[in-house]
Parts: sequence; C-alpha cells; structure tokens
Amino acid sequence: MATGTTLSAAISLGAPLGRLAILSAILIVLPLSFPNPFFFDVAVKVGLSAIVCVGLNLLSGYAGQISLGHAGFFALGAYGTALLSIKLGVHGLIAAPVIATVVGLLAHVIARPILKLKGHYLAMATLGLGIIISIVLNREIWLTGGPDGLSVPAMRLGEFKLRAIEFWYWIVAAFLIVAVWLAENLVNSPAGRSLRALHSSEIAAATAGVDVPRAKALVFAFSAVLASIAGAFFVFAERFITPADAGFLRSVEFLTMIVFGGLGSTYGALVGAAILTALPQLVAAFAEYKHVAIGIVLIATMIFMPRGIVPTLADLFGRRVGR
Amino acid sequence: MLADFAQFTASGLTRGAIYALVGMGFAIIYNASNIINFAQGEFVMLGGMLTAFLFTTTGLLPIWLAVPVAIAAATIAGVAFYRLAIEPAQRAGLATLIIITIGGSVLLRGIVEVTLGKREFVFPAFSGESNVQVLGASIASQSLWVLGTLAIVAALLWWFFEKTLFGKAMRATAQSPLAAQLVGIETRHVLLVSFALAAALGALGGVLTTPITLTRYDIGIMLGLKGFAATMLGGLGNPFGALAGGLVLGLVEAFTGGYVSSGYQDAIAFLLILTVLMVRPGGLFGRVAMDRV
Amino acid sequence: MTSSIVRLRLEPMIAPQPSHRLLEIRNLSRAFGGVKAVNDVSFVVTAGRIHALIGPNGAGKTTLFNLVAGVVRPSAGQVLLDERDVTDLPTAERAQAGLQRTFQNLQTFSELTALESVMVGAHLRSEPSFLKALFNTPAIRQANAEARDRAEMLLQRVGLDTFRDSRSDAMPYGALKRLDIARALAAEPKLLLMDEPAAGLNPAETATMRDLIADIALQGVTVLLVEHDMKLVMSIAETIVVLDQGQKLAEGTPDEIRRSPEVIRAYLGGGIRRRRS
Ligand SMILES: Nc1ncnc2c1ncn2[C@@H]1O[C@H](COP(=O)(O)OP(=O)(O)O)[C@@H](O)[C@H]1O
Ligand SMILES: [Mg+2]
Repeated sequence: MATGTTLSAAISLGAPLGRLAILSAILIVLPLSFPNPFFFDVAVKVGLSAIVCVGLNLLSGYAGQISLGHAGFFALGAYGTALLSIKLGVHGLIAAPVIATVVGLLAHVIARPILKLKGHYLAMATLGLGIIISIVLNREIWLTGGPDGLSVPAMRLGEFKLRAIEFWYWIVAAFLIVAVWLAENLVNSPAGRSLRALHSSEIAAATAGVDVPRAKALVFAFSAVLASIAGAFFVFAERFITPADAGFLRSVEFLTMIVFGGLGSTYGALVGAAILTALPQLVAAFAEYKHVAIGIVLIATMIFMPRGIVPTLADLFGRRVGR
Repeated sequence: MLADFAQFTASGLTRGAIYALVGMGFAIIYNASNIINFAQGEFVMLGGMLTAFLFTTTGLLPIWLAVPVAIAAATIAGVAFYRLAIEPAQRAGLATLIIITIGGSVLLRGIVEVTLGKREFVFPAFSGESNVQVLGASIASQSLWVLGTLAIVAALLWWFFEKTLFGKAMRATAQSPLAAQLVGIETRHVLLVSFALAAALGALGGVLTTPITLTRYDIGIMLGLKGFAATMLGGLGNPFGALAGGLVLGLVEAFTGGYVSSGYQDAIAFLLILTVLMVRPGGLFGRVAMDRV
Repeated sequence: MTSSIVRLRLEPMIAPQPSHRLLEIRNLSRAFGGVKAVNDVSFVVTAGRIHALIGPNGAGKTTLFNLVAGVVRPSAGQVLLDERDVTDLPTAERAQAGLQRTFQNLQTFSELTALESVMVGAHLRSEPSFLKALFNTPAIRQANAEARDRAEMLLQRVGLDTFRDSRSDAMPYGALKRLDIARALAAEPKLLLMDEPAAGLNPAETATMRDLIADIALQGVTVLLVEHDMKLVMSIAETIVVLDQGQKLAEGTPDEIRRSPEVIRAYLGGGIRRRRS
C-alpha cells in the first residue's frame, strides 16, 4: 500500500506535467520487475484497457454520459485493422489510423441521436449498439472467423517481424502517455470545461453558450477513436481476437474500471484499469472462483468507496497534508 | 403459410412471456427506487436451476414442491441482494448503481457456477411432452402453462397495484417517497417488497420455461438485457408497459427468426429498441420527464 | 407598497438608442397538457433599463423565460432578439446573440469550482475547438488565461472571491445565486433575464442583491427581472409587465401598476406571496 500512498500524493499535489512525468517514470521502471514475458503480456493488456478507459472516462466520468458499449469500438478497431491487413494487404501502420478515423466518424454520426438520450435510456442504447456489433462479429463467420476468433500474422517492418511482446509494451506505454496527455489537456480547456458543465446541467451549459449536442458528439467520437486504436494495438500485440472482446461484459468491465478508479479522474481510470485487468490474470489460481470474487469486489468497492479509489485516497491524503 | 404464422406467433408469445416477466421485475424495482437492476435475469436462472437441482438431479422433492421452494429461495436471494448490496448504497450515482447490480449478477452467476456447475439443467414439462394443434401449428403444452401463468400473474399484479394501498404506494415511491410515508408505508419496506416481487417473477419465469429452453448458469445475462429492453420498449417504470414490451419483443424475434434469419434473432431485440428510442425517447408507452428550471 | 418608496433613477453608462427594441415577444403561447402556461403574450423590452415581470405563482413567468431562452418551444408566437427572429434558434445560439439568464431552480455545475463555473460563461467568446484543446495550443492557453482573469474579476464583483476554488456543494444558497449571476455576466450579455434572484434570501442579502442588479444595469446590461419582492421590484424597475394565468394583465410604470384595478384584484385574489422557498 506504500506505493499507493506515494502515488496518490503525487496525484493530488502534482501539476499536470509533473503527473505525466511520474507516469512515464513508472512505465519505464516497471519492466525491471518483470520476471518473464507473461508479465509484459499482462502489462500490455493493462495498458490497452487503460487507453480505452482514459477515453471512456472523458465521456462518462467528465461529461457524465454513460456508455455500456465501448467494447464495440475496441472490437471495430481490432477487427477492422486485422481484416484490412489480412484481406487487402494494407500495412498495419496504415490500417490502424484509417480504421480509427472511420470508427471516429461513425461514432460521431451515431452520437447525435444516441446522446439525446439520458441516464438509463442512454445506457440501453449504447448497450444495444455494443451487442449488435458483437453479434455481427459472431455471425459473419466468412469474414471474422466467428466465435473461434481471428488470427493475425505478426506485423512486419521491412525484414523484421514484430512479435516480441516486450516491443509492444514500449509502444503501448508510449501511446498511453500520449492519450493521458491529450485527455488532461482537454479537461483543462474551454471544451473540457464545457463537458464537465453539461454533466450536471445541460440547460445551464446551453445557456452559457455551450453547443451541447456538438460537445457530446465530439467527446463520444474521441473516446471511440481511442478505443479503436487500443483495439488495433491489441491485434498487433496479441495477434488474436475473438468476439468476446467486443461483448457486453467487456463493455461493463471498461465502465467498471473507471468507476472503480474514480469517475472524472484520468489517473483513476489508469488505476482502475490496472487493478481490474491485472488481478484476474495474476491470480489464475482463483480461476474457479473468479466470478464470485469479481462480484464481491465490485459490490464492496462501490459501497465503501462510491467515488472510486483515487479520489478517495487523494482526499484522505490531502486532508492529512492540510492539517 | 397460416400454420407457419401460427407457429411463430405461439413461440413468439412464449418467448415474450419470459421477457415480460423479467421486464415487469425491472419496472417494479425502477418504480420503487429508480434503479435498473441488471441482476434481474439471474433470478430466472436461479428459478430454473434450483427446481432442476431439487427435482431432477437430487430427487429431493417432488416437482410440485420443488417449484415453490425454488421460487422462495430465489426470492430470498433477491431480498438478500437488496439488503446487502443495494440498501447500503442507496444514494450512489447512476453508474455506481449499475455496477453494483452487475456485480450482483456476476456474483449470483458465480455462486451457481461453483456449486451446481456449468452443464445444462432441465426437468420435464408439467403436463408431459404433449402438443396441442391450433391452426395447423403444434404448440407445446408447456407454452400454454407459460401463457396461462403470465395471464394470471398479470391479473394479480394489476389487482395489487390498483386495488391495494400498499400496491398503490409502491407505484409512486420513487417519484414521491413522501406520499408513501403519508399513508404510513415505509420506503424501506416498499423497496424490500419490490426486490422480492421482482425476484419471484423472474424465478417463476425460469421455472416455466426451463422445460422448453433448458437452463444453464449463464443464461441470465442475455435474459436480463432482453428484459431491460422490454421494459424500455414499454416505457420505463410501467409494469404493464413492460408486459406489452416483452410480448412485442418475443413476437418480433420469433418472426425475424422464422422469416428472415435465425442468426440475428438476438440482435433484432436491440435493433428494435435502438430504433424506438431514436423515434420515441421515452419508449412506446412512456414519456421522458422534462427538467424544470 | 406605499408611495414613500424612493425610486432610483439609473443612468446607464452606455446610452442606448432611445426605444431600441432589444427583446420583442409577439403573441407567445405555450401549454403543458391542459394548462395554458403562457397564453398569447406580447410585450417589448427596450434597451438600457431594468424591466420587471411579476405575477402570482404559476402565472407563467418562468415558462416565458424558458421560451425566450429557447429551453421550451412555443406553440405559437415569436421571440425577437435585437430585432432578429430567434424563435427557432437553439439556446446556445441565443447566448451568442447576447442573451443570458439566471435560474429560479438553481442550475449549478457541480463538477466545477466556482471559478471554473464562471469560466464556462466566459468561454462563449473563446476558442471552442476540440482538436486544439487536445493539443493545448497557444490559442487554448490564451483563452484559458483570459477566461480565468474575467472569472476572477467577476467573482470579486459578486463578492465570491473567498469561494474561488469551492464546489457548489460547499457553498451556501445565497452564494450560489450570485455565482449564477457571475456565470451569466461572464458571457457579456446585452439582455439578462433574472428569475427570482432574491427568493430565499434574507433582508440583508436581498439588499445586496438589489444593489448588484442596479449595478449590472448601470454597466449597460438590460435586465428583465422576475421577482416576488414588491419593494425591490418597485424600487428599481422602470417598467413592469404583470402576468396572471398565462396572460398579460397590465403593463406600465410602477406607479401605473400600483394603481391598476386589475392588478389589485389579482394581487388580493390570487395572493402574490412575497417569498417562495
Ligand atoms: N415543464 C413543465 N411541464 C408541465 N407543466 C409545466 C412545466 N413548466 C411549467 N408548467 C406549468 O405551467 C404553469 C406556469 O408555471 P411557471 O411558468 O413555472 O410559473 P411561475 O414561474 O410564474 O410561477 C404552472 O401551472 C406550471 O405547473
Ligand atoms: Mg417561476
């Protein structure tokens, strides 16, 4: 728990760039403690969840628009990139941004009608969207391989085959830092303040001149782009994807990570993603009791720390400093 | 042609009946608490699994006793879930409550997975595997059990919500807790009863449909989501809207499966609800309240 | 409501053109279910004055504000802002056209500090680009700095500098009402609609609020005020429109209104309460 306190100290006291430096330092030092490639693999999965969560937290944490369908965008990014390179021979480095752009545009188009909905209606609509995507991925076997999943050959860069998980760790870590930087910039900008404003009162935000539908559509699209890019990296690093990665439960996991870490806290999203992704992987011994354990952890955390881990700890620490 | 149509109608209504039962549970809890209980589908699973365990697997009880015991056990699980997970977090935000109920769903599923295992469970239809011929379609007798019970349950609920003081108070607790208190009914009790009632309805649905569809530890997820869609379709917070929504959903699924493509049966429910929400943000029979500033 | 009330003559700093029609409401109507909340109401608000809209509870005053602000759509009639038809414009675009309002049911940005809340108002005229925001470009940094300066100045002006970094849940009700005003002023409106700014305030706070409203008008912002505190209304409003059951009952100077038989009847019959909680 010692690292936890240091971390929250840094979070509550540091300036945005200071926090970013600490995050970078952690990501650089962390691999020194990895005994084998399995740990790199877990770390890559953590990093990819974190990228999705940083975007989702902008949408749900800051702007207050709940999504239970973001795994769908992750899957679109993953399958889109994979299929573009397998079927059309497009290089992954081109396929990933092309697909991310397409996913972003798509999300922007559907955002307007969907984000008119509020609360549970919005949850239902995003949930439906995610499920429809996962059902299509399951059914269109000729294209996606169906429930068995899709294997993707390793990315090639000239002579090199980029298969080493260690390599992808560094790529994912770098992109995570970029994502956090972008998100923190946004939060502290006029556009970000508008998003946080419409969270509690859309009428007052509109009165203040915020184009509410536009603001929501943009943040929805941006979060979809981040999810799509994370999906593409997943395909590069893991070279295998199944429709389960697009399913409802995956979307729930993403939402859970940001609530667990602390809604409306970018670093909370990171902590939530890290704990909830790494724990089930590392305590494989528990496999049989996995669901029981996850259920209890979810309920208990939400009851005892309804604001999430990072804000709760930051408060505790902040108060101690204040005294 | 006609026979096909009748066949699809019958299977749609049977399928819709279970969505309706789950959906009514959603609506009842929502009315009392403004909470969407994503664990709702797990009670369907519990009802079916426990009956199968008590009757088929262990032979502990005859079917006429296994059914009420299973429903009672599921109801107790619903009450326990409310007391242990919902009550302590009453004032939490929307996302937090969604996650708590999903946590409850994962937990219930996990407990059954560990104790009863991952295989499929079943028990025989109540009146044997006989069929009834209607308009050239052959309808399983169990389907008649399902629809008959749904009709009786709907009538009883109608009586409860329209004619009893407690029922009337329950309908409006979420909107005005004060009104309920004025007639001497405690909000806490209303919440407790609504979670119990919703769990019982779900479990009843599981008991009725297991002979037709089989059951497994993980069937609750999809059923819960479909029940949620049924509630939304009918307009959030109206049990009879949910009833109608469930039946509509079942019919649309059956006809899509029959005439279009069985692969996309599950998707159609969500496509339907998305379309409806785009056109009528409050569902077919509901309205969204406007913020007063 | 005695004649001993002293009327303050307020000379706006920016002299408006005489009888410039800043807001014109033409035959505006809106019903909710069977209730005709606003029923065929017309009047004009000229630039550079304090105008009041009064009437018993449920008369339709807030609904009228919602119609003017674009929060509620009219079933008939038009709203003209600066002689331009804005009836079909969304709320945000009316803000661009110089309209701001405060709320009877307080609308706070509970995710933001007081300073940030006011900054949101100031962003009306700053760089809205999402893409630039992601990269924190110089334009964004400048917009942030300018908004912060303006917000700090306004917090001081409404007497909230001590709450600069507080969230709304840590602020008393009276402070939140002034925060709402600062947020509206940050957008530099031409017309400010104020919905019961003194409701729920104690006499001392009410006096401060009165001075603040007078001061706002002095700075050249035209104010349309809904208020139940008759002493306050009579002492600062130059013209008054009286609404009752959705319809315009009377219109005139405070003296004319005080003497109007219809108004007296509505007051005594409908019973305008001085305060609502
Ligand atoms: N959003 C709404 N939905 C239904 N009825 C409304 C709504 N807004 C106002 N009303 C009704 O319109 C009438 C006028 O209300 P309002 O404009 O709030 O009056 P005032 O501000 O003068 O007290 C009241 O009868 C009120 O109940
Ligand atoms: Mg009012």
